[in-house]
Amino acid sequence: MTIAPNLAGAWRYRQFILSSIRAEIRARFTRSRLGGLWMIVHPLAQAAVFALVLAEVMGARLSGLSSDRFAYALYLLSGMLAWSLFSELVTRCLTLFIDNGNLLKKMPFPRICLPLIVTGSALLNNVLLLIAIIVVFAFSGHVPSVHLVWMPALMLLTLAVGLGVGLLVGVFNVFVRDVGQVVPVVLQFGFWLAPIAYTPDIVPPTLRRLLYLNPMTPIVRGYQDVMLFGRAPDAAGLAWLTVVALVLLGAALVLFRRATPEMVDVL
Amino acid sequence: MNEPILSVARLGKAYRSYKSEWLRMLSWFGVSVGYSTEHWALRDVSLGVAAGEAIGIVGQNGAGKSTLLKLIAGTLSPSEGEVRARGRIAAILELGMGFNPEFSGRQNALHATGLMGIARDEVAHAMPEIESFAEIGEYFDQPLRTYSSGMQMRVAFAVATAFRPEVLIVDEALSVGDAYFQHKSFGRIRQFKEKGTALLFVTHGLADIRALCDRVVLLDRGRMVREGAPDEVVDYYNAMIAEREKTTVAVEQIRLGDGWLRTRSGTGEATLAELTLTDADSNQELMSVRVGERIVLTARIRVHDSIPRLVLGYMLRDRVGNLVWGTNTWHTGQVVENLHAGETVEYTLCFTCNLGPGSYSFSPALVSTDTHLERNYEWTDNALVFEVINTDKQYFVGTNWLDAGFQIRRDGSH
Repeated sequence: MTIAPNLAGAWRYRQFILSSIRAEIRARFTRSRLGGLWMIVHPLAQAAVFALVLAEVMGARLSGLSSDRFAYALYLLSGMLAWSLFSELVTRCLTLFIDNGNLLKKMPFPRICLPLIVTGSALLNNVLLLIAIIVVFAFSGHVPSVHLVWMPALMLLTLAVGLGVGLLVGVFNVFVRDVGQVVPVVLQFGFWLAPIAYTPDIVPPTLRRLLYLNPMTPIVRGYQDVMLFGRAPDAAGLAWLTVVALVLLGAALVLFRRATPEMVDVL
Repeated sequence: MNEPILSVARLGKAYRSYKSEWLRMLSWFGVSVGYSTEHWALRDVSLGVAAGEAIGIVGQNGAGKSTLLKLIAGTLSPSEGEVRARGRIAAILELGMGFNPEFSGRQNALHATGLMGIARDEVAHAMPEIESFAEIGEYFDQPLRTYSSGMQMRVAFAVATAFRPEVLIVDEALSVGDAYFQHKSFGRIRQFKEKGTALLFVTHGLADIRALCDRVVLLDRGRMVREGAPDEVVDYYNAMIAEREKTTVAVEQIRLGDGWLRTRSGTGEATLAELTLTDADSNQELMSVRVGERIVLTARIRVHDSIPRLVLGYMLRDRVGNLVWGTNTWHTGQVVENLHAGETVEYTLCFTCNLGPGSYSFSPALVSTDTHLERNYEWTDNALVFEVINTDKQYFVGTNWLDAGFQIRRDGSH
């Protein structure tokens, strides 16, 4: 039995991974009236708050779209779709090993199962949110274009970035618990350092380059292009980001592998 | 001896601390950073376990028992040495790991066996067996949160032992639920052993160790201090605990001719000069005793140093080490006080030998209070061995003679 994170091991444990994902979904549905709807309601409500507060300021900047009245809300939703997947992965991975400390101490299983479970359930949540958002779009008279075929690629890219960052901070957090306090703050900054609630053109040109320090910026823009503006995303930008994402994910997996033997020692 | 199914070679586990945890992380990437302190929780443990062999691990808290089990189970990574096993190792370090309260017993069985890495079709095949072993009826399809804790343990044990592993590791998990289920769990573990599973278990119930183990390993401060026959190691361990409280007098062990092991320890302020068993009527010294005979056990104690209090305790054990009876003069309110060097004290214990046929032993202990942990003057395991024979009662088995009689009544005319 090896606990080293490897994919062959994960395949043997697929049953456990799938049923853990099922358990998470079930936990949300049982004993709450709206059940799984909450995971859609939350981001939608957040978008509604932003829309109410900022619609007047931002609305004008998005004129030229077919449905002016809802333009800003739709813009927000597109960006938040990307952000919610990213932030869910990062926050869940952040405490993943600490939360499962006892399991790690008592059961030998390939450790990669844990992030895979998080990935599966976050992805599922996000697909449901995507469907809900498409419905909202339809109600506001906005039918998605064919460019929606880019969506799976964009989601995969978000996944890679989110998982890469998440695993890095998750492993760090096992050894240095301050990481767990810092990351949520950084995430808040990250949200405002991406053009989700505003358009990039309101940022002074000198500061605009700062936005691109955030790996989520090209992704968020890609989502907005595909969902709202009905055009293909900036392929060059995404290609470059793919490289970054793969490097990030690779580094995270190497760190995770090296950390595995000592992780249980400090949990 | 055939090739061991599990072999542990020079196994060690060190916990290191660094000035900063970031330095620890650097060390994984080949950067040589010095650690500031190092603590070996376990070191230099070598062990070979054959198929069908049961090994008990004893030791005080912090001796490294759980560390050893976790290293073998694979949840901890060794700092040195290695563990090699042929076949699957299953570990019950805690029952009910990975169970989900919202899932039913059946779903949890699927889920938890998945966590053990067992393929779904195999699980489906074993499911009826799991359900019948747990014996919780229709609750098996109800959510786990509606179970009593006993029921949860039943399902957890049934799942954990649904598949026979080549090596089974059990950490204090045998006290599952009620007596009936405990018996059943023991039965299953014995069955595994008969079919060739190597067993390793930690328990504080020394009686369990004697009943189930072929060999016992004693760990102390991360080292393997003794390995051998259960009675030998368990008695040595008992003596060691007592010795730890005081400082002097080594533990001595002698294997008696008939296989009994005599272990003596203590500080020696008072010692046993003589221990005899005699017939109450004839005063004849006895080596074998008839069932139902009135007998007297006489102990003569010599006091070598002034001591404030003296308590004599006896333990009566059967051949396999099960405790049959035991008490001491603290409990009977007969503490002797203010003893001086050179005194002798004689204790006589009069009783009817209502024991079943077999070999028994008396272990006397000279202590100062109700346990041997405060002051242990002298403790002698199996100081006196005697045989009980059945000469004038009807045939019966067991360790107790009960004055029981059948009454039979037949009704009906044909």
